[in-house]
Amino acid sequence: MSLNVSNLTVHHGAICAVNQVSLAVPTGTLAAIIGANGAGKTTLLRALSGLNKPTSGVVNWMGQTITAEKPEKLVRMGISHVSEGKSVIPELTVRENLELGAIWRKDGKEMKESLDQVVTIFPRLGERITQRSDTLSGGERQMLAIGRAIMSKPKLLLLDEPSLGLAPLVVEQIFQTIRDLTTQMRLTVVLVEQNAMGALKIADLGIVLNLGKVVAVDHAQVLIQDPAVRAAYLGY
Amino acid sequence: MQLLNTLLIGITAGSIYSLMAIAFVLVWRSTRVVNFAQAGMALLSTYFGYEAVSRLGSFWIALPVAMIGGALFAALVELVLMRLLVKHASSGPIAGVAPIIATLGLLGVIRSVISMIWGGQDLRIVAPISNNGFTINGSTLVFSPLKLLVLVVVVVLLILLSILFQKTNLGLALRASAHAPEIARLSGVRVDSVRTLGWALAGAAGAVAGLFQTVNGNGNFSPDSIDFSLLLVSGFIAAVIGGLDSLLGAVLGGLFLGISISFVLMYISSGLFFIAPFVILLIVLFVRPQGIIGVKAGRRA
Repeated sequence: MSLNVSNLTVHHGAICAVNQVSLAVPTGTLAAIIGANGAGKTTLLRALSGLNKPTSGVVNWMGQTITAEKPEKLVRMGISHVSEGKSVIPELTVRENLELGAIWRKDGKEMKESLDQVVTIFPRLGERITQRSDTLSGGERQMLAIGRAIMSKPKLLLLDEPSLGLAPLVVEQIFQTIRDLTTQMRLTVVLVEQNAMGALKIADLGIVLNLGKVVAVDHAQVLIQDPAVRAAYLGY
Repeated sequence: MQLLNTLLIGITAGSIYSLMAIAFVLVWRSTRVVNFAQAGMALLSTYFGYEAVSRLGSFWIALPVAMIGGALFAALVELVLMRLLVKHASSGPIAGVAPIIATLGLLGVIRSVISMIWGGQDLRIVAPISNNGFTINGSTLVFSPLKLLVLVVVVVLLILLSILFQKTNLGLALRASAHAPEIARLSGVRVDSVRTLGWALAGAAGAVAGLFQTVNGNGNFSPDSIDFSLLLVSGFIAAVIGGLDSLLGAVLGGLFLGISISFVLMYISSGLFFIAPFVILLIVLFVRPQGIIGVKAGRRA
């Protein structure tokens, strides 16, 4: 098991956003965490990447305890987090946003290789490489955000609502890309999504979160068929 | 000839304001604090420069000594004072104001400590070259070799600074941390260290501004120097004119302010010395509250 979370609890002030969550994601697996607004999905993800400090519990990655480590250290351990809302820096160019992802790697040659790799995956970014990133469309920005994460050579990719605010066709593309990346780069991915159907379709593992607690864990394809899950999160 | 003189004086003074404005902008960008102690730091750096000149006899050694001293002191202030304040006053109405009030307090402390160490009397740094104006066709300009030197050094520093910011990884880290600290951290940037570095760069820029403000004036300075109060006010106003968030804006704001003041003093009245910067600030705030560099207003509110 590469990512192991046990009894993780995270508070926002007095509110308990994540309550005694335990889950395990094997290497090379794409896990989708679904749930309603306010279920604690984002908070859970932010606790995994070090942005939020957990109150209690343990996070273990590849045999190492990483609970409450700083994000800048976790990146160096192969954990990349793409935060909610197209996390690109609008004041920087596309190239600068990408280079930022590899900034902690001292090797200039490696940076160049990663840049070529990202441009191969997202040719659109290559076409717009010198533009300021606030000139990009919503879908392109999401590609850029994922591209930046890939620049840091991740082994574990944490994605927060990559479909947010995108047109249905673009959402489908982004999801397909996430699936392809997981397989091709042998990534372990934790995908947090409101778009439960889209996420479960590409995922191996499905985790349902409600009011900060895990209420269901199963193969994604099994969860899609589950009547209770369908009624609560898939709308039919 | 008078027009040219006025313009050149304005540009020289303006370039010094630009450096001071850059110091304000660097600190604002890295920690969202308006550092009123910047003038105190510049003054302290000038004393460092004075010590170097009197021991080693060369202005050209004093300049880097003042810069390094100013950078180290500013880094220390960020590491010790600012981090402590952010930790202890992180909520409630005081959180946003505490660091700014603290910099005002620090300004007073620096001035008193300087008085204790060096005394309150005027000290003097002699300019490295002549401040007698150039002569063209028998008429003498106010613009002098010294003023030309100030201008050249400031331009060189600005070019170095822009290379640092635009062409290096460190510059990318500085810009990313300023615009989006969270994304910077997620990309592996050690934002805390980058903040300290931002303060250090500001300290160095302020040191050059302090030394040049001194030698560009009559060379005298003291803890109560009016020159440094003027530098504080002008640098701050130039930064605000430039939008407070932009290095290019700081440079343009400084030049704009320097040239405007120079023209007001020459063509309206030299008695407007202290009121002119404020009137110019008010006009800019009324006409373009987002500063002369057109950053969308309120985006980061």
